[in-house]
This record gives sequence, structure tokens and C-alpha cells, in this order.
Amino acid sequence: MKISYYPGCTLKTKAKNMDHPGIAALKALGVELVELPRWNCCGAVFSLADDDLLHLLAPVRDLIRVVEQGDNKLVVACSMCYNTLARANLLMQENSEKRHTINTFMEEERDYNGEVEVVHLLSFLRDEIGWEKIRESIKVPLKGLKIAPYYGCTLLRPQSVAIEPPEKRTLFKDLLETLGATVVDFPASNDCCSSYQILSNPDVGIEAVSKILESAESWGADAIVTSCPLCEYNLGKRQEDALKKHDTLKELPTFYFTQLLALALGLGAEVCKFELNYNGATRLMESKNFLTVV
Amino acid sequence: MTIEISDKTYDEEFVKKVEDISGENFHKCMQCGTCSGGCPMIEHMDIPPRRIMILTHFGLKDEVICSKTAWICATCNACSVRCPRGIELTKVMEAIRQLTLRKNINYVEPSAISEETIADLPQIALVSCFRKHTS
Repeated sequence: MKISYYPGCTLKTKAKNMDHPGIAALKALGVELVELPRWNCCGAVFSLADDDLLHLLAPVRDLIRVVEQGDNKLVVACSMCYNTLARANLLMQENSEKRHTINTFMEEERDYNGEVEVVHLLSFLRDEIGWEKIRESIKVPLKGLKIAPYYGCTLLRPQSVAIEPPEKRTLFKDLLETLGATVVDFPASNDCCSSYQILSNPDVGIEAVSKILESAESWGADAIVTSCPLCEYNLGKRQEDALKKHDTLKELPTFYFTQLLALALGLGAEVCKFELNYNGATRLMESKNFLTVV
Repeated sequence: MTIEISDKTYDEEFVKKVEDISGENFHKCMQCGTCSGGCPMIEHMDIPPRRIMILTHFGLKDEVICSKTAWICATCNACSVRCPRGIELTKVMEAIRQLTLRKNINYVEPSAISEETIADLPQIALVSCFRKHTS
């Protein structure tokens, strides 16, 4: 099976450790993620000003590229890109006035009416591949790894693009259990990591990060897993700042779900690129003997 | 803190602009405080989101515009999904930020960010921050 894939800017640069294992894992599961030709930055955040249509052009152009491919589904791994593309798509489906203005403005493009389905890679794993197939393909069960699934904001809010009902979220849990890990469901799972405030107001950001780390640690997690490169940066790399500020905190590795999937499928450390993670990611995987088994 | 509310303090143009830019009817806020109660950034704000709603309703432009609340908001949408009146507070916060940004005033100055910081940050941090905090 081939499917159009939108990597987004960060997965091609800073988060290759999310992109590469995802592509390799899907290949091992019989799916070819085909990178969308001529994709552009989606804008990272959905435009919230009612009179701002200009910032919708970028995500809509990406969706037009999917139609040009003769495809009607787009798989996105990055949570922020998913949120932005899915909300832009929804607007093009539901708001005929704005749709008309945008289509008229982009004279050089074909008209777009929301024909594409924007799907997050986590939903794709559940709905198109299925836990059963993944379970059958596991070579290195992540036994004994106590992992806290961190949804953040953009996978669950707003409800119109949520990958599952926020009040009974099970997707991450089902995936991690399929991989053989022990799930630590912690209360800060969908709290905000401070997002771009890490740049605008770093002190505020570090406090938000500290609370999430503290929560995951107090519930006994060995590590945190996420699907957003900005969450991973804030909780991962900026963890150093949180540790300096709060001596009660302990080091807690962070991973992308694609890395854990690839690891469990037996694709090894070279594909998973744990060296690009921060704070003892490789050390933790070695201590659990997940790297020596392969 | 006592705030004077009268026809002299009511800035009609400000209220209309926030209505137009946000597309939200914040006048239906019933001041339950659910937004403030669930806001992960509340401790860093000078005015809680609940109070921003009523101050905006009463057209108290200076209190709202000079507050750092909208700049601390990370648009996480925790308030919006919990609001029992169905107000998307993140859109109201966006409108409040836009009133400053549209005067060509940046909250974050891209040229002041060091090369090391730019090299360190993931691209989505820069793009999203500039989208929210620059004109």
C-alpha cells in the first residue's frame, strides 16, 4: 500500500529521529509513505483570527498537492502539522464563503473543496494497519519499559480534529501495549508543554515542562513518548533547564512513538537514531537490553 | 481592585474589533472561571482569562491590551474545550494580540534572537512563535 505523507519542516531537519523510524516502520508493516511532492511549510499553527485568510493558503496548497497526486488521504506524523492541516481542511469543507475567497485568490491552483482526508500517523496505525498486524510483527517486545504517553495539546484539541475523544483516550495506550511496554497513564498527559513560549517566555516554558516531568516521574515512568517535535524539544532538550531549577526532578528520556515502533519491529538503533534524542535515551534502551537483542 | 465602569470607560471600537477579529461572542461568558481553573499558564498571568473576558465585555481596552495574559497564553485550547458557554477563548486572545501586532509592534523581535538559539530550536518553534508574536 502507498500513501501520501507530509513530513513538515522539522521532521526533515531537527526531528529526523521521528521521520526516519516512522518511514522504516511503516515499510516493515507493508506501507510505503510517499513524500508529498512540492510540499511547503503548513505554518505550524492554525490561523485563529477570523479575518486572516492569508495564512490558510499554505496548508491549503499542501492539500491541493495531494489531489494533484490523485490521492484522497494525507498521513501526517507531526502533531502541530496535523492540527494545522486538519483544521484548514475542515474550514475548506465547512465555510463556503471563505472557501470561495481562497480558491479565487489562488488563481493558479485548482479549486479545493476539502476532498482530502488528513490523518495522523497514530490513527493510521490503528485504523489502516491494526494492532493485531503490528503485534504479529513485533521482534523486540518492549517488556519492562514503563512509558508515559504524552499527547500534548494538538492531538486532542480542538475536538473537531481530535484523533480520539479526549475523555477516553486509548490510542497511545493501545499502541504502547501492542509494543509490549507498560503504560503509565499520568495526569499531565494532555497538559501544555508551553509550545512556542519556550522562545518568547522561556521561564514560563521551563515551569510548564517541570510540572509535566514531575507528574510522569511521580507515576513511575521510565520515559515519555510523544508525537510532536516541539513537545520533544521542550520536554527533552530543555529538560536540562528544568533539572537545574528543580533538584527534585530526575532525568527522564523522551522518545517519539515512531522510534518505539521501529525498535519493537526489530529495526535497530541505526534506524531509531536515539543519538538525536536527549537525556539518556540510548542508555535507557541499552539498560533494558532492547539494543543488544537485534 | 475596584474598576470604574461607565460610558466614559467603554471603548466601543475596541469591543467591535475584538468581536470582528475573534469571530467569537465573548459577551455570553457567565464568569464561571472554568477557563482560569484549567489554564496551565495561569500562575504567570497578571489577569486571569475569566477576568479578561469581562474586561473585554465592558470595553476596558487599556486593562486588556496592557495585560501580559494574551502573550503568556500558549493557545493550548484547554480553556476553549472546557468553556460551558462554548466560547473559543483562544480566538479572543488571538484578537487581543492582533490589536497590538497590527500596529507593527512585535512582542518577540526576531533580529534579537541569538544565532545559537536559532540553531538550537526546532523549526516549528520559530515558525509558531513568529506567527503568534510578530506582526
